[in-house]
Amino acid sequence: MHDVASHEDRKGQYFWVWGALLFLTAVEVILAYRQVFNAVHMLEVLLILSVIKSVLIIGYFMHLKFETALMRWLLMASVVFCFCMMYLFFFPDAGRILHLGVK
Amino acid sequence: MADATLEHDAVHHGIPGAYEAPLFGAYSKKVGMWLFLASDSLTFGALLFAFSYNRISNPAWPTPFGKESIANATIMTACLLSSSLTMVLAVFAAQRHDRAWIRNWLLATMGFGTAFIVLHAMEWSKLIGEGMTPFSNPWAASVPQFGGTFFTLTGMHMLHVTIGVIYLGVVALRKWFLPILAALWIAGYFLIPADNVFHYGIHALGVGLIVAAVVLFLKPKDYDAHDVEVSGLYWHFVDLVWMFIFPLVYLMSTKIV
Repeated sequence: MHDVASHEDRKGQYFWVWGALLFLTAVEVILAYRQVFNAVHMLEVLLILSVIKSVLIIGYFMHLKFETALMRWLLMASVVFCFCMMYLFFFPDAGRILHLGVK
Repeated sequence: MADATLEHDAVHHGIPGAYEAPLFGAYSKKVGMWLFLASDSLTFGALLFAFSYNRISNPAWPTPFGKESIANATIMTACLLSSSLTMVLAVFAAQRHDRAWIRNWLLATMGFGTAFIVLHAMEWSKLIGEGMTPFSNPWAASVPQFGGTFFTLTGMHMLHVTIGVIYLGVVALRKWFLPILAALWIAGYFLIPADNVFHYGIHALGVGLIVAAVVLFLKPKDYDAHDVEVSGLYWHFVDLVWMFIFPLVYLMSTKIV
């Protein structure tokens, strides 16, 4: 059972991660309510905050931080690569639509 | 199981090097679940990408989510985040072979998950009551895709959460979970009004009941710490997807008065 979550992990850090996730959620809600940014920038900011939250969840809750480097790199690199491919596919068209503007 | 068999043969027949340590330093069940989650993340990634593209390219995109909806969605987010914490505590309990607390923490996780589903179902019912369908909405006639994108994204996620709750119930309670699931299915069918979409949607629990029964009777086993950890990976993934759906779907469409 050595490859299940090891005893070196302390429970306390998971409560801190949980608190940080709740705090980041509160920041997102406040930003949305105050409409601090326009739609495009709001999307960018919310995505950045979501990525930070997902890194915390994947690293700590899903325990990927404590797995072997090969597993970490293979999983993260492949998924990030796929998302980059999706972005590159859409990016030119998304930019064109924004500049055209729907009246 | 196959890994243990290979190791046994290699050790007892004196074949050095015949049994190799796993490539990723993890048992095959865990690697399999990670691969499944990687593929599922692409499914949700494509849906979220399409949603974001629609949202940004449509200046007339409706913003129907007022204070009550945002408060409801924030509570739902808190429920899922708390369920992830209780899931981690269940894995810790599994690590120290504490059966009682494995069950307790898994039940707590299921409780938070069920609360999420109920709150989400109430939100759906409210929006449908206001006239929203997958093909139209009462707030922006020029954006008919709002309903379809919303219901598809949140519906896919709600289905994943439901499957996750059933999965955790099977790991926590094994065959004892079957009558509980059956009771929930029947109670839901009779208690939910016939004009509510979930009166028919509750049959998803019936499908889950059949699948769980097949798994539990055809392959009965004692679920160990590995199974708890692997089910935890699935649960955290469900939480992870919501971390993207909540801001993109709800927070990008808040009704600012």
